[in-house]
Amino acid sequence: MGLLYGLIAVGLALIFGLMDVTNFAHGEFLMIAMYLSFFLFAFFAIDPLLSAPLVAAALFVFGAVIYLLLVRFAMRAKANAGMVQIFTTFGLAIVMRGLAQYFFTPDYRSIPQSWLGGKTISIAGIFLPEPQLVGALVSILAFVGLYFFIHRTDFGRAIEATREDPGAVALVGIDKNRVFAFGWGLGAALVGLAGAIMAVFFYIYPDVGASFALIAYVTVALGGFGSVFGAFAGGIIVGLVEAVTALVLPPSLKSVGIYAVYLLVVFIRPRGLFGSI
Amino acid sequence: MDKDFAARRRRDLIIAAVLAAIAALTPLFVKDVVVQNIMILTLMYAGLSQSWNILSGYCGQISLGHALYFGLGAYTTELLFTKFGVLPWFGMLAGGAVSALIAMGLGYPFFRLRGHYFVIATIVIAEIGLLLFHNWEWAGAAMGITIPIRGDSWLKFQFLRTKLPYFYFALALCCLAWFVTWWLENSKWGFWWRAVKDNPEAAESLGVDVFNSKMGAAAVSAFLVAVGGSFYAQFVSYIDPESVMGFQFSLLMALPAVLGGIGTLWGPVLGAAILIPLTELTRFKFGGSGRGVDLIVYGTLIVLISLALPRGLLSLFSRPKKTGAAR
Repeated sequence: MGLLYGLIAVGLALIFGLMDVTNFAHGEFLMIAMYLSFFLFAFFAIDPLLSAPLVAAALFVFGAVIYLLLVRFAMRAKANAGMVQIFTTFGLAIVMRGLAQYFFTPDYRSIPQSWLGGKTISIAGIFLPEPQLVGALVSILAFVGLYFFIHRTDFGRAIEATREDPGAVALVGIDKNRVFAFGWGLGAALVGLAGAIMAVFFYIYPDVGASFALIAYVTVALGGFGSVFGAFAGGIIVGLVEAVTALVLPPSLKSVGIYAVYLLVVFIRPRGLFGSI
Repeated sequence: MDKDFAARRRRDLIIAAVLAAIAALTPLFVKDVVVQNIMILTLMYAGLSQSWNILSGYCGQISLGHALYFGLGAYTTELLFTKFGVLPWFGMLAGGAVSALIAMGLGYPFFRLRGHYFVIATIVIAEIGLLLFHNWEWAGAAMGITIPIRGDSWLKFQFLRTKLPYFYFALALCCLAWFVTWWLENSKWGFWWRAVKDNPEAAESLGVDVFNSKMGAAAVSAFLVAVGGSFYAQFVSYIDPESVMGFQFSLLMALPAVLGGIGTLWGPVLGAAILIPLTELTRFKFGGSGRGVDLIVYGTLIVLISLALPRGLLSLFSRPKKTGAAR
């Protein structure tokens, strides 16, 4: 579970952390991904595991388009840039939720049978649910991939450089909008991947994103803005804390543990565990 | 310059008095209960947003967790009323005091944080409050509290047959929040806050007590929001954690100020006067379908306004030379 939080969060870490753009519609990106993988299953009987790359690709396009149509302009605001970003993406989230309600109805849906759903695997006497296990594997792969992408390729460096100083970057011939559109696409694709896997074992409904979005923000901030590794570590910590809290407190309070740990960490380290900005 | 400033402040006060007088007379002409309801909510949100604006607009500490104080105000009042029979008027003050104290207690660790870390911390603390009230049996847990009906009276601040008293109280609350803002704007606090917002390091070096000025803003802001929460609880006469402490309240308090002009005296009032009727009307017109059309319309409006007018609607009225300086 923690690794899945990590996967949701790492997409956000890319957008929120590396590019320093607030995205309050991240949970809704997740919701769209879950619906996509549901409909691919319902109409074409494609197993969520197979359709995951398709969903990720679709979300990549979606993320890039959202950046070019909306966020680009929100970032251009001279005054109150932070608030403009918050409310532009918040408005977007409301619209997406409304559209989902309109087209998909508020009904709860789930994918009844899939290759992984409901199966468990036994490793050394411990039973583990398969979907979560696959999710964890995909998350680790995605993290490693993203880590190398950010730190070893020119494009990854370009993203960081663009956040640092858009003006200077323009001087060396990097198009800020292309870099950020790509970054948004990638962030959305990662959350798409998470959504496709989660569609197997979570109910799908228009408001599903909201419950995960706050945890994703907390995960990113816990790890520290500007750090991919931080989001990964944050995800694992959040997953562990949630599991431990669920043991000691009633299940409805399990998020309290996560929030308390976040507060504790930032009081001691005001920039999160591995934050650079 | 000083003369201009004094003149502007006098003008603001006169405009406010005239607007309040006009608002006070409207119920003579508007008898429709639905419209009166919208007016009450508009005034309440104007007051709440004005209070939010003190901490987040003037002092620059963006809080998206003010629902906590709103909920605390509502719960303190109603717990005192239903469990101990304390009149809501005292409960209101108690709620304000509790919220102000908690805001200051939280301020100690919170005001060390900057930027996103601070904003997320405020969201998280409100969410913790929400979850705790959800699980607090004595306070009604998820079922909430239904306020017992004891008949119409000013003493118990409960009116069944008419909404007018609520209207006048909301108006008074809105005026109070406005007046407090107006008064603080020109006090040493107001100048400190703007200095802290623009550049905390520079302010500190010039002898501004940055930490205490943030604490002051938080306390005033939380107190007024909690009074709003108490009012809301009496007005709707039923509260549960979700309906008074949910995240949407934090946003609904911030939104009018942001739309009208954050960190300005008139921004919250203007923003609320436009936003709240619009919200209620879209809900009224499109909400019945249950298919989210109201959400689509509402969300689109928020996106368009925040993109088109990053400084808020007030920027439409100010002359270009003024827009440079943050008032």
